[in-house]
Order: sequence, then structure tokens, then C-alpha cells
Amino acid sequence: MKYLDEYRDAAAARTLAAAIAEATTRPWSIMEVCGGQTHTIVRFGLDEMLPRAITLIHGPGCPVCVTPVESIERALSIAARPEVIFCSFGDMLRVPGARHDLFTVKSAGGDVRIVYSPLDALALAARNPDREVVFFAVGFETTAPACAMAVHQAAERDVANFSLLVTHVLVPPALEAILAEPDRRVDGFLAAGHVCAIMGTREYEPIARRHRVPIVVTGFEPIDILQGVLLCVRQLEAGEARVENQYARAVRPEGNRAAIAMIREVFEVVDRPWRGIGPIPASGLALRGRYAAHDAARRFDVGKLEVAEATECISGLILQGRKKPPDCPAFGVRCTPERPLGATMVSSEGACAAYYRYRRSPT
Amino acid sequence: MCLGIPGQVVAIEPDGVGPLIHGNVQFGTIQKRVCLAYVPEVCVGDWVIVHVGFAISRLDEDEARQVLALLAEMGELAALEEPPQAAVAPEPRGPEPARP
Amino acid sequence: MPDDASTSAGSGPSCPLPLRVHETIQMAHGGGGRLMRDLIETVFKRAFMNPALARSHDSAVLAAPAGRLAFTTDSYVVSPLVFPGGDIGKLAVCGTLNDLAMAGAAPLALSAGFILEEGFPLEHLARIVESMQAAAAAAGVAIVTGDTKVVDRGKGDGVFINTAGIGAVPDGVDVGPHRVQPGDVVVLSGDVGRHGVAILSVREGLGFETSIESDCADLSPLVARLTAAGIELHCLRDLTRGGLASALNEIALDGQVEIALDERAIPVSEAVAAASELLGLDPLHVANEGRMIAIVPATEADRVLAAWRGHPAAPDPGVIGRVTGRDHPRVLLLNRLGGTRILDLLSGEQLPRIC
Repeated sequence: MKYLDEYRDAAAARTLAAAIAEATTRPWSIMEVCGGQTHTIVRFGLDEMLPRAITLIHGPGCPVCVTPVESIERALSIAARPEVIFCSFGDMLRVPGARHDLFTVKSAGGDVRIVYSPLDALALAARNPDREVVFFAVGFETTAPACAMAVHQAAERDVANFSLLVTHVLVPPALEAILAEPDRRVDGFLAAGHVCAIMGTREYEPIARRHRVPIVVTGFEPIDILQGVLLCVRQLEAGEARVENQYARAVRPEGNRAAIAMIREVFEVVDRPWRGIGPIPASGLALRGRYAAHDAARRFDVGKLEVAEATECISGLILQGRKKPPDCPAFGVRCTPERPLGATMVSSEGACAAYYRYRRSPT
Repeated sequence: MCLGIPGQVVAIEPDGVGPLIHGNVQFGTIQKRVCLAYVPEVCVGDWVIVHVGFAISRLDEDEARQVLALLAEMGELAALEEPPQAAVAPEPRGPEPARP
Repeated sequence: MPDDASTSAGSGPSCPLPLRVHETIQMAHGGGGRLMRDLIETVFKRAFMNPALARSHDSAVLAAPAGRLAFTTDSYVVSPLVFPGGDIGKLAVCGTLNDLAMAGAAPLALSAGFILEEGFPLEHLARIVESMQAAAAAAGVAIVTGDTKVVDRGKGDGVFINTAGIGAVPDGVDVGPHRVQPGDVVVLSGDVGRHGVAILSVREGLGFETSIESDCADLSPLVARLTAAGIELHCLRDLTRGGLASALNEIALDGQVEIALDERAIPVSEAVAAASELLGLDPLHVANEGRMIAIVPATEADRVLAAWRGHPAAPDPGVIGRVTGRDHPRVLLLNRLGGTRILDLLSGEQLPRIC
């Protein structure tokens, strides 16, 4: 496919790997923020192509991994109601709450459906006026405009039986939280290209300045990631700390104005707990008061929710780059993709699942 | 996060067909109906990045070409500087390829 | 009796009980009374008619060939029931023919069991049954015995079909993971992932436009060509749910071998590749219903390719990997950038993802 295959070219990858090796004189730890990038790195074995001095740290950019237990439990509780058709991206169905997941709810009779777009859920609501259609709005700034449009349309067209369960999260506050850790290990970031396609690059400039950290907005194909690493290493070696845009074919500095406007129309910024990390101020989105009628969290009283996490799971340390999956005593033993203890083992791009799937050493 | 795939806009629905402007986007040999409300400037023939049924960005073909041209240049420079290494592709690690 | 029955098997006007197309399945169609008899006569016998079935007895009685028999059964549930390139009927016949073929067997006879949901349109059932008969006739095999049950509305998904089959295994043929050994090569019959993508393309909420059709096909002619050529076969496997990755992982575990694949040698059509990108799937895990692999000694690879070339069920045959050892039972994938990774079994159903 055009604009994908060219960015998977083996010769170009070798050229970039050689250039990275040439530019590197000291050890550097670089965090790829987005789980999609993690997926590409493990799928194509990109870390094996890098010099030993470069360590890639898998970041928190995976909604499956960071959606808090409380939100999952709320989703499970709403999905179990007989009047509800609960719609979700496929990613969330296997994510464990305190005890079980959406598949369990489905097998117990809940009407849980996978959709490709939030607009598909809205269309389902319009076709089923006697049912409550709830869409599980997970994801980062990239996905928020799609959910915002669905709820905006629901309000405009008076689709009263459509609501969103919103757990959207924002990238910059998470980067701030990672950088604020006293034992910070991250020297530079590959920022998430599609998040920046929506939000632009400017909100990263104060972070780069304040924390003296290079931030390279990076795409998702092997060539993109290797080039992002090269740009990041060159900045680090030169003692620079700028925002640089590797993914200029999709990202403009100002972002997507229409999408940003719709996010602001529908959502407000709120504090939000991140699974495995804890509460991060001003790191989430919630529906504004004028959309309260379409807010599933207000519409369905679910009583008290269990919020306890499996105690053995170290996913928080992994998401912050302070541990690697094989450092966890439960990894591959008591925690596998079939029986995950924590969310990083669920998503195909969760750091633990990615390690387990692609790297598991032979037993 | 955020699977976003490049595709080419092959048709744009006229105003009023639905409440939101949609178009058909071609990915390889398949087509999908995609919401174009966030890329109001796109024309038929433009490339867009699609995420969960929405075009989130128009793809800048000049920028795309420049990255590839830069890489081609880097490859040629490396070939000039180190002819023996560049002439022979390094052996891949791991098992030998199935087809010689 | 058999003669009477076969004279009434003609199509259309000669049928004594013409199918009333507006009708739907009633509980009584499974109740053993007149309606059930009507259903059997007008739908099943009319399509499947053959001497063994015509006897209307509790069991079909068949002549036994000399040598060994292969015997297999499989149940088919698919949504939607009709998909680009096939339907549940064709799937149920081809799937069981393929299971027989993977034992190296030539098919002899099939059975068909139907679980029908109350309210299912008879017209749809008739079309499914006709497509079963077409697939069986193309393979030269008869459906010699059958069964029908009806469940309450809401307790089925239209129709579920079970087919069982028996086949004759030629002398000297012994295939299975136990025979796979280091030095063998893996030969694949064609591009992967068509069935899964064809099904997803018409599924509510995910749909996209594509001309791609399921690869659903009878593979027994491919196996017949291999056995007829006298090629030394170590293992045969049709690719079904879980795709190429699952089939090879099962063989690696059952045969205690390490298999190394070259990703660049595995054909994936442009439409399957595009749909996989769009939905976040791995084509090596996507379902097939008409592709197979043969694991043979390296010296036999060219003969397998020569035997398959030109057959429509093997559109793009090629060697995709080799058996590399016995120390680590697993499947390795050499990717196009030259790195390797473990190609694992799926944890569950492959789900479309956004991230």
C-alpha cells in the first residue's frame, strides 16, 4: 500500500540504523510514547537494529493499559444491564477490571458489540430507539474528536438513547508526570504522531524547554521510528532539547483546528487516575455539563465500584519506564495474555503482551 | 494507540446526503466510507490518515516525498563512503531465509 | 423403494411436494410428524438424492474399501450465513472434505446434521442445502445420511450444520506432525487471510467494500495430486481459524520441532493486507477455508510445486519456511527488515483494534 510499504523498506532501515550507530557516543534512553510505535518496534525487531547504547522504553500511550480499574468496572456494570447495548472498540473486550472483563459480561447475557467507529454506535442507537446504546469512549487525543462528533450529533439529532462512557486521556500531562519522577530514566521522547496530527506540536514546546528533553514527533512505520530515534539521538548528542517533527506528512504545528474545536465544544479537562500510574492532574477529558444527558456515567447509577488492582502487578513501573516486563516475577508465569494480572499484558501493544508474544524466551 | 492508515479519497458525498460530510476512501484495493468533517479542505484524489472512521489529517505528499528522498540520498552517500559494506547486504540475524 | 425415491428426485415440476418458499421453520419440522417428513422429502432428499440416502433408514449402508479409513467430524457456525464466495453449506462440505484430505484420504461419503432455529426461512435453508449438494457433487461424494433438529426461536443462529466424513487412505500414506523432521520444508498453496477478511467485510459495524471472496474450497484434489505423484508427505494441514500461525504452532508443538518462516515468501493479497492494516489484524492469524500447507523433505519441494501448479485451489504455491531443529518447539518469523520474532498462537479470537 502506498505510504506504508515505502516506510518498511529494508535498505532504508539499514541506512538509518547505520546513521544512528554513527551518531551515538553515549548511552541514551528514549521513550516511544505510543503503543502503536511499541507494536512496530517489536513486530519488526527494530530494537535489535539499534546500537547497544540506545535503550527504547515503552511509554504509557495505550488506552487499554491506562484506563483505570474503576472505569472498567463502571463499563462492566453498565454493559450488564438488560436495556443496554454496550459498544466498544475491540481492544477493550479482554481488559480485566477487578475480577472480570467485557467478554465475561457478554457470556452472562450482556449485549456487548464491537464497532469500528463511534458513529456506528450512534447509528445503532438511531435504529434501536427502545434500547440504551452506550459507547465506551477510550483513547487519547486522536480518538476524542470521533467520540466528540458522535455525541454532538446525538444532541443535534436528538438521539436521546445514545450516551458515552468517557475515559479519554491526554498525553502532555503524562509526559510531565514521567519527567517529574526523581529517578527519571528518560532522556528523550518519540511523541505520538497521530495525537499530534490532532493537537499539533506546540503544546510540547514548554515541556521540552522546562525539562531539557528532546521531543521528536514520530510516525508509526519502521522507517519513521528509526528516523525519529536518529533525530532524537542527534539532539541528545548535541545537547539540544527541541520539539522536532519527523512525521510532517501528517502533522502540522497547529494541528487539526476543526477537531480541536469539537473537542473543546464537547469535553472539559479533568483530573484522571491512570491505571498503574495513579492520579495525574488535568490529564483527562469529561463531557461538559450541556452534554450531561448523553453522559453514561451520570445516566446509570452503578452503586459502589471495586477499584482494587492485582497486587503483584508492576505495570505502573513498566509504563513509567522504570522496569522492563521480564523484571516482573509474575511475567509469563502467573501473568500471561490468557490470564492477565494487569492491563499491560492485555493489549497487543501493551508492553508486557508485546514482550510475551514476540520475545518470550524458549522454555 | 491510534491506528491511523493512509488512504486516498475517491469520492465525496454531496451536501445533504447525511448529517455529516462523508466520502469513500480507498486503501489498497478496499474502500471504506469515512467521515470527512475534520478535513473540510480535502478534494477527490487527496490522501488522508484515517482513524476510527474519521479522516484526521490530510497527508502532505511533498513532505512524504522529501523524507524518502533524504533517505535515498543517505543511502547513496553511505554507498560512496563504504563501497564494500554497502554492496553486500548484511546477513540477517536469526534463521536463514526459507528461500535462498 | 430406492427406485421409487430416485424417480421423484427430479427437479422442479416433477416434485410431488413443491417447496413453499414463503414458509419458515416451525418446531414441528423437528417433531417427527408430517411436517418433518415434508421437510426431508422436499428439501434434503430432493437435493442430496443418492441410493444410500434413498433407503430412508436409520443408517446408511456402504460398501467398505480395502485398507485404512479416515473418519472426521466438524460443526459449522458462521455469521453471516451467506458471505462473499460461499455460505455455511459450502463451508460445511468443504471443511470436512479438507479434514479427510489432510489425513491423505480420498473422500467416500459425508453425513449432514442440521440444527435449525424456529422461524428460519425455508427458502434460505433450501439454498444452503443446494450449495452443500453442489460442493459434494463437485467432489464426487454423496451425503448419505442426515439429521434435523429444531430449537426455539432465539436459541440458535438460523442454522448450525455438522458434517462427518469417511475417506480411504492409500497404502503407504502416513501423514501427521509425528513425521515432521529438521530439514523438511513448508509449502503453502496460496495467499492467506481471504476467508476471515471476506466475513469481516460484511459484518455489521465493520463493513467495507471489497471484491474479495472467501477462499472456501475443497482441497482434496490437491492432496490427490500429491499422493498420485508418490511424493513423500510428512504432514498436511488445512489453514482454518487462527490462520497460518495457529496451524504451524500446532504442528511445532505436536511434532516438537522449530519452524522458521520467511514473511516475504508468504503471499497476502492486497485487499487482505489493506483490511488487516485498517482493522489492526495480522494476516497470518486471519482465518482461511481453502488453503493448505504440505511439510515434505526439502528434496520433494519442487515436485509439490509442480503437482499444484495450475490447480485453481493452489493459486500461488511456494516454499515459505523450513523445519530448523528440535531444541525449541516454536514458530519463528523472519520479517522483511531481517529481524526475527516468535509467531505465537492467539490468546483468543482476533479482534479489530484501534490501537
